[in-house]
Parts: sequence; structure tokens; C-alpha cells
Amino acid sequence: MKKTIALLVSVLMLAALLAGCGGEGKTLTLNVYNWGEYISDGSEDSFNTIREFEKWYQETYGQKVKVNYTTFASNEDMYAKLSSGAVSYDVIFPSDYMIARMRENGMLLELDFNNIPNYANIDEGFRGLFYDPDNKYTVPYAYGVIGVIYNAAVVDEADVGGWDLLWNEKYKGEILQINNSRDAFGIAQYKLGLDVNSTDRAEWDLALAELKKQAPLVKSYVMDEIYNMMESGEAAIGAYYAGDYFTMIDAQAEGIDLQFYYPERTNYFIDAMCVPSCCQNKELAERFINYMLSPEPAIANAEIIYYACPNKAVFTNEDYIDEMGEEAMEILYPEIGDFSALYNEYAYRNLDEETLDYVNSLWESLKIN
Amino acid sequence: MKRASKIYTTLVMIFLFAPIAILLVFSFNDAKSLSVFSGFSLHWYRELFRDAETLKAVRNTLVLAVSAALISTAMGTAAAVGINRLRNKVLRQTMDSVTNIPMINPDIITGISLMLMFVFVGRLFGAATSLNFGTMLIAHITFCLPYVILQVLPKLQQMDKALPEAAMDLGCTPFRAFLKAVLPEIMPGVITGLIMAFTLSLDDFVISYFTSGNGFQTLPIRIYNMTKKTVTPKMYALATIIFFVILTLLLVSNLYDEDEVQRRRAARQIRKASKEAKP
Repeated sequence: MKKTIALLVSVLMLAALLAGCGGEGKTLTLNVYNWGEYISDGSEDSFNTIREFEKWYQETYGQKVKVNYTTFASNEDMYAKLSSGAVSYDVIFPSDYMIARMRENGMLLELDFNNIPNYANIDEGFRGLFYDPDNKYTVPYAYGVIGVIYNAAVVDEADVGGWDLLWNEKYKGEILQINNSRDAFGIAQYKLGLDVNSTDRAEWDLALAELKKQAPLVKSYVMDEIYNMMESGEAAIGAYYAGDYFTMIDAQAEGIDLQFYYPERTNYFIDAMCVPSCCQNKELAERFINYMLSPEPAIANAEIIYYACPNKAVFTNEDYIDEMGEEAMEILYPEIGDFSALYNEYAYRNLDEETLDYVNSLWESLKIN
Repeated sequence: MKRASKIYTTLVMIFLFAPIAILLVFSFNDAKSLSVFSGFSLHWYRELFRDAETLKAVRNTLVLAVSAALISTAMGTAAAVGINRLRNKVLRQTMDSVTNIPMINPDIITGISLMLMFVFVGRLFGAATSLNFGTMLIAHITFCLPYVILQVLPKLQQMDKALPEAAMDLGCTPFRAFLKAVLPEIMPGVITGLIMAFTLSLDDFVISYFTSGNGFQTLPIRIYNMTKKTVTPKMYALATIIFFVILTLLLVSNLYDEDEVQRRRAARQIRKASKEAKP
């Protein structure tokens, strides 16, 4: 009996180890690691990107490929998984500041753009950005801008315009602030005209003072609870990403009239496709990235994600423009002139550890009170 | 007093079941909102059954839960039999404590330490990826095991020790005696252990989160990762379905227990009657 159990356990352990390295004949495997709900997955009769890629690959290259598609919830979660060395992914979709960090740590591979001819579709404004100054490691996937969402049934048109609306005492108990230190401090910093990537502690203290001034007016600090609170009219003012504003409009209750505007200085973010150094099949990964840039999947993804897309084949496409509607196009693609200049000035960068610790301690002091 | 206790019970029931009721109601909502009910529809159920990735996650979760439950029940029962046979008091108490450690250990510690061990072993063997279905299964068996032992051990202690001895006297091999005499006696404990292991494995997030690798994601992880955008109501639909499946399982297991109690009562009466019949 004892022997049987010992045998069973060892067989199990062995099986577990071997299961990882089983190369099944000729079928290629591509491991994709993306944000949750960040791809057109065939729901609501949409385009099923992963299935279509598998089909397309077999037709084009005559080889079967199986995509293992998994998701993560935050840049930090993704970073932790990759740096544990326990997993291997071929394509990942991190945000800008995390790309900078991974590049500095040697966790990304240089792309061979000969395998990504569709890169020509990417708008010129998205070259030479701070996280990838020489355009070697990344292909941008989606970008967005934070703006203010408000319920026009409650908020006076006269009060609308800047970040001041989130500090307006008239709307005490109607205001939502983002529940993560970087964004909350960022809003205060944009309002005060400070640099969001400052390493000067005094500047962070100023931002904290501004947040403390706001605290008594804030109904709550929220992440994705903001959807329900804005849709139901529980709160009237909040800052969030432009694309998400349209999700809220779709679900707003009767008598709620959600509107949106960009304050003058605000945050820009980009999520981009990269190949991490643990990649097992770089050529396949690059072909996948290339496929993602071709019109059909790119348009389907942009329509589902509802963030802006840096792909010319998408934002100049008539069908896409029709589908999104005039208002959405104006909000998602505001005329801001030189994107890269604004982006390089206002985007969050990776803070050094000391500053990050300091910011976190300030954030805690705000949340405890 | 009676009224107060009634109110108290009602309150407890409301807090326990209101969230589930809300989820249930909104899974039939026509719109995407969690605040406005705009009409009855099966739209989200239809969407759910079209979402291949979510269904795959459900399948993964079920495969994992069933295999973890079966293996940990087999191993746990064997372990309980072994512990029950220990005569050395110190050794026995040590065994008891050791098996309880995974149970009182916070999930996050179990999760991280298992992950570190898998990565370490994986590196030793030079594997590119050390986390996969197998490692997740080992992790789930690890945390299910003590619960199974905890369910089976008391049943073994209640059992008449002469039972397996009698079976062996009548010519059974020890293994046969276990199957024929011991196993039926401890079956309720084994079944409860199995069901507990299954439900624990099914809803585990923390340990799965740390031990999951490429391409094998369970449902709780998938739902957690939906926070970049908002969680769609098809998850409410899925949660509703799972709730009813678990409810059914629970009812079945309760019925089984009820059956068992009656069967035993009947057996005792027969025994009593036969004793009285003898002079």
C-alpha cells in the first residue's frame, strides 16, 4: 500500500514536470498574455480574433498553431508572473511605464520588423516615445486619455471645464476620485501644473495637500465601481478613460445625462505589444503582432475595447468611423496636434523606488484620514 | 423574545442571500447595467455559452476540481487510516498537527511557497516553464488533503475496531477487509470529504493565482482579470448557474446523510431485536 502511494505521487510529480515540455508533433504553440476583456473574442457576434488568427496562420503558412490565451489584471501582476521565471509567454501587452521598466531590466526582445510589415499602418505620431525611443521593442495596440465624466442633470454647465470641477464644494458627496495612488496624485498634479514624474518630495507634498482638500468632498475612491455609480446617478462627477465613458453611456439609467470633457493637462497612456525574453518562438510572435495590425482584427479589437487605436487602417476606415459615430470619434481622437510631444510630457513614467515608496506613504496617509 | 429571534434570523438570512439574489436577478437583465433592470432576457446566458475562453476556463476549473477532489480523497482516506492506526501518542499528535498546517496556513503563504518550490524544481530540470496544469493539481491536492483527513478520521474513530479484525478472521486479506468492512463504515466521511475538496478547489483563487502557468487559467482568475474593463453580466449568468449546481450537490449530499441516519437507526433496531430474541 505504502509503495503504491509513493509510486502514485512520484508519477504525478513526473507527469507535472513533463506536461510542460511536451512538444506535440507539428502544432505550434503561441502563448499570449493580455489584459482581461481586451480583445475581440467573438462575444455579441463579434470577430473572434484568436480563432481567426489560427485559421489565417494555417492558410498562410500551412502549419497548425494553437494559441494559449491568458489574461492579467494589472501591469504589476503581469510583471510579477514574468519575473518569477515560472512561465513563458510569446506576446504580452504591457502599458508604457511598465515597458520602460521591462526594457531596462532586459526582459524584452528586439523585434524584427521584416516580419511585421503592417507596422507601416501605425501613425507616425507613435514613434520615438519615451518607453521605446528607438522603436525597437514595441508596437502600440491601444491608447487613451483621462477626462472628466459628469452628469449634466446635476452639474451646471458653467462649472465645467477644468480639473476644478472635482474640487467644487457645490458638489460635495457627488465626486468620485480614482482609487490608485498614481492616478489620484496625477489629477492633483495636472490641476496644479506640477510634473507627474517629479522626484522632488516637496512637489508630491503639494499634490497631497490638494488631495486632502478634496477628501471631504469625495463620495468614494473607486476603480471599476465607477461604472455602476455613474450609470445609476449615485455620483455625478468622476475622472476616467474616454473609452470607458461610452460604456457608461450605453448603460446609463433614465434621467441621467452623462457628458465628457478633457481638462487642459491630463494623462495619456499606451498599451503596446511586446515580445518578452522568455519567448519560445519569436518569429511566430512577430507574425501574430503583424496579424493584429491588419485591418480586420485591428478594427474589431478597436470597436470592442473602445479605446483609441494608433493604427491608420483603423481610424481612417469609413466603416469604423460610421460604427463609432461622430461624437465618439471626436472624443477618442481629439485634435491635439503633436501626440508624441504631449505624451512624452504628461504620461506616467516609472518612478525610482525611493520616490515610489514616498508616494505610497503619502497615499496611505490620505486614505487613513 | 420569540419575535426578536425571528427578526434576527430574518436579518441574517437577508445578509447571506441578498447578494446572491441580486446577482440572480441581474443575470436576467436585458441591459448591461447593474443598477437599472430594463427587462427580462436570456441574452447574457446566450452570450455566456458563446464565450469560448470563459467556457474553457469553466472546463479547466471543473477538470482541476474533479481530479483534485478524487486524488485528495483517495490520498486523504489512506492517510486517515494510517494516522488512526498509530499507537504512539506523540507521533500521532505530530501527524495531526502536520496535516493541519496547510489548513491554518494563510492561502497566500501556501500559494507563494508552492510557486517557489515549483520554480525551483523546474529550474533543476531545466524546463522553460515550470507552472502548468500538473503543478496546479499538486497545489490543489495539497490544500484539499487536510480537509479530507479531517472528515474521515472521526468516522474511523467511531468505527468498531473489531470490524476489520473480524473480516480478516473470516479470511479477508487486509486490503479486502478495508474495502469490505471499513470503507462502507466510513463512507459518509469520505463522501463529505470529497464534496468539500471539490468545492474548495472550485472556488480557490489565491493559490491557483500563484501556481497557474501559461495557457491554463481557471474561472476565478479569469473573472479577477476582467477588472481593466467592467465585468460583463455573463459572469452573473455563470455565477447563477454555478450557484444552482452547488445547491443541488448540497441537497443531494444532505439527502444521502439523511438516508444514512435512517439506515443506521433501522440497523440498530434490528440488532436490538435480535439480541432480545436470544435468551
